[in-house]
Amino acid sequence: MDNSTKIIIAALIVLVIFTPLGLLAVGETFGEWGLEYFEEKLGYVPPGLESLSSIWGAPLPDYGIPGLGDTTVGAAAGYIASAIIGSVVSVGLIYGLGKILVKDNSS
Amino acid sequence: MHIPDGYLGPITYIALFIIMVPIWLYAGYRVRKDLRSKQVPLLALSAAFTFVIMMFNVPIPGGSTGHAVGGAIIGIILGPWAAIVSISVALIIQAFVFGDGGITAIGANCFNMGVVMPIVGYYTYKLISGNSDIKSVRRIAAAVIAGYLSLVIASGFAGFEFGIQPYLYPAVNGQFPYMPYDLSVTLPAMLGEHILFFGVLEALITGLVFVYFQRNTPELLENKKSKKAMLDKVPV
Repeated sequence: MDNSTKIIIAALIVLVIFTPLGLLAVGETFGEWGLEYFEEKLGYVPPGLESLSSIWGAPLPDYGIPGLGDTTVGAAAGYIASAIIGSVVSVGLIYGLGKILVKDNSS
Repeated sequence: MHIPDGYLGPITYIALFIIMVPIWLYAGYRVRKDLRSKQVPLLALSAAFTFVIMMFNVPIPGGSTGHAVGGAIIGIILGPWAAIVSISVALIIQAFVFGDGGITAIGANCFNMGVVMPIVGYYTYKLISGNSDIKSVRRIAAAVIAGYLSLVIASGFAGFEFGIQPYLYPAVNGQFPYMPYDLSVTLPAMLGEHILFFGVLEALITGLVFVYFQRNTPELLENKKSKKAMLDKVPV
């Protein structure tokens, strides 16, 4: 592993440790509201939106680990764990794809 | 900017999958053609980088939140086609494992953040940097502007996709089936917050990462073709 790769990994680890800062933003993102938002604003939930919204149940919704609880520490730990899982799975998938896609022309 | 399930009706989300399939195939072909196995670790780390960057939600006045993507800088360093692969991988994991962005909206989200961003970013950077020296300030400015434009234009696409829903799926008995707000709401909302806030954040991150590479590993920023020509001369 060359030096620049090591530094990028180190930077990534630092970013992962600081991800819980992202939890401080508590507002609602435009176009990513929950169903209650529509009930409140329009008096109804758009029916197509409602039926599609439950099409998939993600195992770790909102970057939280189920069972870690809703405490600040639990949410922060879940967030860091999610960042690690996401990074590891990203790297693993790209390596898998790389094996298929990239010819070994490094030497 | 992760569009959840249900906001886009089938016409839009299916159309965006149909657009994405040839783009993914061509990006895979270009990665196979252009990337060497030595660059796979960098590609893999770029996917992890964009995954983690997108977790940094930032609050803005008015109560909304958003985040940077890193799409432009990945496009600048690895080329737009490799960037499409790495950002798409991160977005697909976010949708399936973390419920961030819908499953039906994977085509839309991969198009907005995974295609529009690196392509706008890469070509803006190329256009502004011209033939300037790799270490020049002009290239930093090019990267910063590329980062800004990439996110703003991507948010415009997302706003457009949201806002055409009421036209494609008008109200039935007074109820819109999908996204109820039309373009007059969605475009100003999406573009406004990205022009004022998140675009600036993306510009800053693009500039910082660019300066780091410029100072430490400028060879990674060299023109791909000349690097290839150089490497091809090395005897196997």
